[in-house]
Amino acid sequence: MSDRTNTSQSVRRTLETEIQDLRNDLIYLGSMVEQQILGSVDSLKRRDLAASEQIIQTDIQVNKKRYSIEEKVMVVIATQQPMAHDLRLLASMLEIAGELERIGDYAKGIARISLRIADEPLIKPLVDIPRMAEKGADMLHRAIKAFIEENVPDAEIIPTEDDFVDNLYDQVYRELMVLIIGDPKLIQRANWLLWVAHNLERMADRVTNICERTIFVVTGELREISSSGD
Amino acid sequence: MINIQFFEKSLQENSKTQSMISVQKLNVFYGKFRALTDINMEIQEKKITAIIGPSGCGKSTLLRSFNRMNDLTPNARIEGRIYLQGEDIYGNGIDVVDIRRRIGMVFQRPNPFPKSIYDNVAYGPRLYGVTRREDLDAIVEKSLVQAALWDEVKDKLGQSGMSISGGQQQRLCIARALAVQPEVILMDEPASALDPISTLRIEELMHDLAKDYTIIIVTHNMQQAARVSDFTAMMMIDEARSGQLIEYNQTNTIFTRPQDKRTEDYVTGRFG
Repeated sequence: MSDRTNTSQSVRRTLETEIQDLRNDLIYLGSMVEQQILGSVDSLKRRDLAASEQIIQTDIQVNKKRYSIEEKVMVVIATQQPMAHDLRLLASMLEIAGELERIGDYAKGIARISLRIADEPLIKPLVDIPRMAEKGADMLHRAIKAFIEENVPDAEIIPTEDDFVDNLYDQVYRELMVLIIGDPKLIQRANWLLWVAHNLERMADRVTNICERTIFVVTGELREISSSGD
Repeated sequence: MINIQFFEKSLQENSKTQSMISVQKLNVFYGKFRALTDINMEIQEKKITAIIGPSGCGKSTLLRSFNRMNDLTPNARIEGRIYLQGEDIYGNGIDVVDIRRRIGMVFQRPNPFPKSIYDNVAYGPRLYGVTRREDLDAIVEKSLVQAALWDEVKDKLGQSGMSISGGQQQRLCIARALAVQPEVILMDEPASALDPISTLRIEELMHDLAKDYTIIIVTHNMQQAARVSDFTAMMMIDEARSGQLIEYNQTNTIFTRPQDKRTEDYVTGRFG
């Protein structure tokens, strides 16, 4: 855990204030993206097209927030000349803002699929896909928390939970294949759902990348964490 | 037979990576005060080594030990060894003047002699017995070219060395150091009295010079150390206020993932 938030004695109060602002921005962006993922699957499940449309609109705000974080990080680097831990932290914030934006894109992709399915009924009740979304959102939430707290043990544990998401994906895949074999006319709609599951599976991978950055910030070591399924 | 070949090969490899300056258990005293404690370091040939650390940590004392400038300070004495290419520079029978020729020095404030630009550069070679005009001309031109000053002063070599700008004066001092063909150049805050553009010029010049010379620079400017050096030595005082080397590594490592907490605090600006 970091003691760097204690700024009272520091001669680098400006830098630390700016870093704290950026931490808050990342929490905000992480929270937006978490809601986007949960909302996209929920509106798909409830067949609420207006809500799906809203997800697509909100993605513009997600992208804006990402660019604003990127710009702030560049300004801090240019004006404060951070070194060592500070530099690793700021470089990681750039990376994580990018990862979050991509997760936001997955939510937008799911919302688009919902709009394409439009008035057609779902070919199966959604059970495992919402579970994937909930697990992914939970992992994301804790990954951002671990990053802010610079908590390496948590950052090492969270990626191992990726196996849970991967298993759900395999399950969704198998079910959809069985449906397609039973009725090949379902192939288009099955494919859409498969894309939804794929987006959620990719989201969990990006959470792993965020955890890698947390470890890098603390240890200076850039190492790839692979879940046991890889 | 195989073993002997292996031994010879490893000897060759060792000699290839031999350091230019080897500091072994160096302690420097000013009277009873121990200014440096047990410094061990290997300075690599044709690389730029930066020495950083807070004020009073012994950076300049260490730098000045490399060419025995501390000999000039009353009551200064050293323990331990400093080897220049294997030769103990504090050993018996060592010619101190020759050591200072082989290890030149550039100071914080440009300090040209009140002589012409030409005579500033020719001063050292003349001292070492070069008298033929053509030889001196060649040395002066070569040194000024190496110091990236030739184009700016070639038409006014007879003018006073004090008449040119501060940045030019500092490059003149570098040319003056180069004129006696040193192996090592010590720089004590060489750009701290210069404007930013002149500073960058000196830094570019250091890069060029490192192709032929070993450079050791003391600097308070951490960005400068990060920009110019290959290796960085971090110094700090201990409880007895004596200077110690606390971390010495490749510059990239020192500024991105230092191993010592004190280095981390210093390079991130949280020291003191």
